[in-house]
Amino acid sequence: MATNGHTNGHNTGETGTETVKRGLAQMLKGGVIMDVVTPEQAKVAEDAGAVAVMALERIPADIRAHGGVARMSDPDMIEGIMKAVTIPVMAKARIGHFVEAQILEAIGIDYVDESEVLTPADEEHHINKHKFKIPFVCGARNLGEALRRIAEGAAMIRTKGEAGTGDVVEAVRHARTLLGEIRRLTSLDEDEMFTFAKNIQAPYALVKETAELGRLPVVNFAAGGVATPADAALMMQLGVDGVFVGSGIFKSGDPAKRAKAIVEAVTHFNNPDVLAKVSRNLGEAMVGISVSSMTDQQKIAQRGW
Amino acid sequence: MEIGVLALQGAFIEHRKKLESLGATVREVRLPEHLDGLDGLIIPGGESTTIGKLAVSYGLLDPLREFTRSKPTWGTCAGMIFLAKDIGGDRQPLLGVMDLTVNRNAFGRQIDSFEVNLDIAGIEGGPFPAIFIRAPVATSAGAGVDVLARLDDQSIVAARQGHLLATAFHPELSDDARIHRFFLDLAASVSTP
Repeated sequence: MATNGHTNGHNTGETGTETVKRGLAQMLKGGVIMDVVTPEQAKVAEDAGAVAVMALERIPADIRAHGGVARMSDPDMIEGIMKAVTIPVMAKARIGHFVEAQILEAIGIDYVDESEVLTPADEEHHINKHKFKIPFVCGARNLGEALRRIAEGAAMIRTKGEAGTGDVVEAVRHARTLLGEIRRLTSLDEDEMFTFAKNIQAPYALVKETAELGRLPVVNFAAGGVATPADAALMMQLGVDGVFVGSGIFKSGDPAKRAKAIVEAVTHFNNPDVLAKVSRNLGEAMVGISVSSMTDQQKIAQRGW
Repeated sequence: MEIGVLALQGAFIEHRKKLESLGATVREVRLPEHLDGLDGLIIPGGESTTIGKLAVSYGLLDPLREFTRSKPTWGTCAGMIFLAKDIGGDRQPLLGVMDLTVNRNAFGRQIDSFEVNLDIAGIEGGPFPAIFIRAPVATSAGAGVDVLARLDDQSIVAARQGHLLATAFHPELSDDARIHRFFLDLAASVSTP
């Protein structure tokens, strides 16, 4: 087993365990994780109270506009962001691209996002995340997808939403779907759970564990279209543990102020007086794309299996 | 007995569940008025920079300092950083009520996070399964501080200063409630002297 030399006479400290991987996500709960493309943006995010940043070369709105193949970011660019802040830094690898994940582990990234926002590298298999000592977060649109990712070793789930749109409708759809399925699952008897597991194509043991806990066995954030403090609080009230904000902050008129307002909205998600206060005078929100005007082919949430 | 858990950000629900499993009443604290009448407070793990900034934004620093003068308060990980007097060069809001010099992220990045069985003074029944996640340590403690646990390299990972308690690790993530029980006993002894 991996060791790090920190002991106190009993066992040697053990790194990379499931508890330790899931544990970091538990420390991020009630927080906001922000997409950043430069060390300066990372500082703005940290100063606003972000619990972590996602380092990437282009935010999803620009990936959408740019087209072409979207890949892991340059390690040099990611390291520049890791040096700029003390909060955890995440970075994206393509779905199924385990070598990109190996590279991110080698540079000491705190979390890998195996993300549908990048162009998938494998249309059948996701990364076997048990092989890594660093934790992974994966996207999901429903309970079956979430539990398949957890079976592969994901230590954190984010509902996908539709990244780079600024339209919260898909984030709501996916959170309601996943959380609603869990609510239905908790009402089933043990015999019915076998068929439920078969129908959602998820391992029975994880279905049973989810039923017993009444929630996913790992932390579950919302993502994909959150652009305002009210959007963030909406997702929290629906029952997620925190939010990712991608394009919504640095595509807006006053990123520093909006970032701080979204952080405060997530903490005080149940307090409309605070929400009213932090929603004022934020400048222009990102313009956005209405998801209902998009074809299925234009939706990146479809990626992942 | 009613115990508060600072719920600005982080693993506050895990602390809540542990306390409730031991029969305590729990209140989540997000604004100064939520501190009124509490018998003790836990400052959970999370991101210490985030917790500090939110505490400043909502006017919690002075009410929290006032609270910790007389009421039992326990900081875990980020909470230990928040309680400390000195964290070296890092600039972030602190309560500064425990005479500890703390080194944030003492072990490096997430890949260096670890679990270890730890002997803790005052916690009976064998070593405690301690989970360290991007954890701090204290490198020195003032005369009024009892060191409860150290790692082999002598860094301090559990300490008590009168009615104040700090752990660099996360007892709220372990399947072991002994330190929560210890804290409730401490709170009971202070509220009924």
